[in-house]
Amino acid sequence: MKEITGLVKGLEDQAKLVRKEIIRMIAAAQSGHPGGSLSATDLLTALYFHEMKLDPKNPDWEDRDRFILSKGHCCPVVYACLALRGYYPVDTLLTLRAFESTLQGHPDMRKTVGLDATTGSLGQGLSLGVGLALAAKLAKKDYFSYVLMGDGEQNEGQIWEAACTAVKYQLGNLVGIVDQNGLQNDGPTDTIMPMESLAYRWRSFGWQVIEIDGHNMTEILHALSLAKCNTDKPSMLVCNTIKGKGVSYMENVVEWHSGAISDAQMEQAFADIERGV
Amino acid sequence: MTQLLRDGISTRQAYGQELLALPATFEKLLVLDGDISRSMQTVEFGKEYPDRHLNLGIAEQNLMGVAAGLALGGYLPIVSSYAVFLSMRALEQVRTSICYPKLNVKIVASHGGLTPGNDGPTHQGIEDMGLMRGIPNMTVIMPADGYSLQDLLRQACTIDGPVYIRLTRDAVPYIYESTDSCQIGKANTLVDGNDVTLIAIGDMVQWAIRASEQLAAEGIQARVIDMHTLKPLDQQAVISAASETGAIVTVEDHSIFNGLGSAVAEVLVENYLVPMKRIGLRDTFAESGPYEMLLEKYGMSTQNIYQAAKEVIALKS
Ligand SMILES: Cc1ncc(C[n+]2csc(CCOP(=O)(O)OP(=O)(O)O)c2C)c(N)n1
Ligand SMILES: [Mg+2]
Repeated sequence: MKEITGLVKGLEDQAKLVRKEIIRMIAAAQSGHPGGSLSATDLLTALYFHEMKLDPKNPDWEDRDRFILSKGHCCPVVYACLALRGYYPVDTLLTLRAFESTLQGHPDMRKTVGLDATTGSLGQGLSLGVGLALAAKLAKKDYFSYVLMGDGEQNEGQIWEAACTAVKYQLGNLVGIVDQNGLQNDGPTDTIMPMESLAYRWRSFGWQVIEIDGHNMTEILHALSLAKCNTDKPSMLVCNTIKGKGVSYMENVVEWHSGAISDAQMEQAFADIERGV
Repeated sequence: MTQLLRDGISTRQAYGQELLALPATFEKLLVLDGDISRSMQTVEFGKEYPDRHLNLGIAEQNLMGVAAGLALGGYLPIVSSYAVFLSMRALEQVRTSICYPKLNVKIVASHGGLTPGNDGPTHQGIEDMGLMRGIPNMTVIMPADGYSLQDLLRQACTIDGPVYIRLTRDAVPYIYESTDSCQIGKANTLVDGNDVTLIAIGDMVQWAIRASEQLAAEGIQARVIDMHTLKPLDQQAVISAASETGAIVTVEDHSIFNGLGSAVAEVLVENYLVPMKRIGLRDTFAESGPYEMLLEKYGMSTQNIYQAAKEVIALKS
């Protein structure tokens, strides 16, 4: 019990560092997508700093777990995790979106060390995950493939085509994660394109569905281990989150889907994150 | 600064403004968005005409199919999103559901070429014009400034059939004095000259004009043509340019394959061969970065146009 508490506390502290880097790099770039990066931070911190089998010194290690950021616009959170995990210097983050940077506006696996896929056009990542999971099965490897999607992204038909494929091939080694922050680009998901209930939909497609609070580290860790137990069904973690989580003026504000951050806003964000909003 | 170029707005902004005036003329007009209406500048339209605005979420294939259905039902749908998603994610829906039956759907695609700069290659539409040009029944347009957008968008709505209009993310200078300057299918000569012709489209028209000024400073009179309609191409303007100036440079913010350069080359090969060079992306994806730095790195700057003009002139026999 004590061990778990220590682990959770450590990951929560780590998540704060990730959030600060997200803010810092988007402020430096003067563009980027803070809202969905911050809503996914606790989930990605759990994956990159605990759950996934990785070796930053050997990024191409064949047996590593794979992560696909299907909602590619939220790359700041992945870039931050990779830097803090030691794939490249943290200073690199300040070159986000800049001319000739290794950190492109949307994930480019040929430019950024540690990325497992190239994404940025919504709806495509889960199919990549299905392919990777199939490849693992064919090659008799035991790595897991994780795919993070947005709740707005669930509108894309390709996701549901992938959903069927994963069930057909009983891809228990595939774990999908929906960052259900309730907002897409133009407004609330339930007004732009209602998809409720996502948990129900995924279950009806034959997936094992685990619904959690995407900011509760204990729940996240439990869900991730539970997902791995079901060996003949793919799992979908439907995570209730807050867009802009951790920065008071960004939380649940649709305009912070993307945007530039001023120096004053950056300072306030750091204070909020430190305090734990 | 040239007299021709005055501070302007992005053509997507001009689109958002012009849309507000369209329902008065086109009573069947609807605007369909794919969850980027804030970026497409259609939010005001949605507020003013809530019954005419449909936001169908992040699902471009469905968006295109629904537009086709609305056209079948007698409406005039304008589909708006980014060039990459409309021209590629939904390409076969455009081809088979819209162009084959020649349905009255207008497709307005922003983030053409390298104008989305720092968003990177996933958001830079560099193949769209070529893809659209290849589909029978499709009209393909890229206005160079806010005024020509107004003209061409209105005219597109009077055509009974599919039209693809490509916009810029970032501001482009005003080139025309006012509206009523552009006609679909008819190229405009912006600068007279008989030594070489620079045929440009969209955001590249400004750089072609600048190159012509640089050439003029050396006594070289370059003709500059705004080829806002890629298809149907104004063949006569190309043939006249070839016969009267004897050398041609095409200038587009697009792959050198299938777009303006290809279209002009096709006309020259079949009608009037003269030395020609193409300015555009040379079979490569670009990267994130400021628009003008990207143009420079990928050989599409004013300097590159100027250089290409000198080269084709040297090749004249
Ligand atoms: C195919 C495609 N269509 C449109 C876009 C533009 N776009 C980028 S982010 C976004 C909204 C995404 O909302 P959601 O999936 O909920 O992400 P999050 O809230 O986690 O940021 C849209 C429409 C895109 N990147 N790809
Ligand atoms: Mg969302």
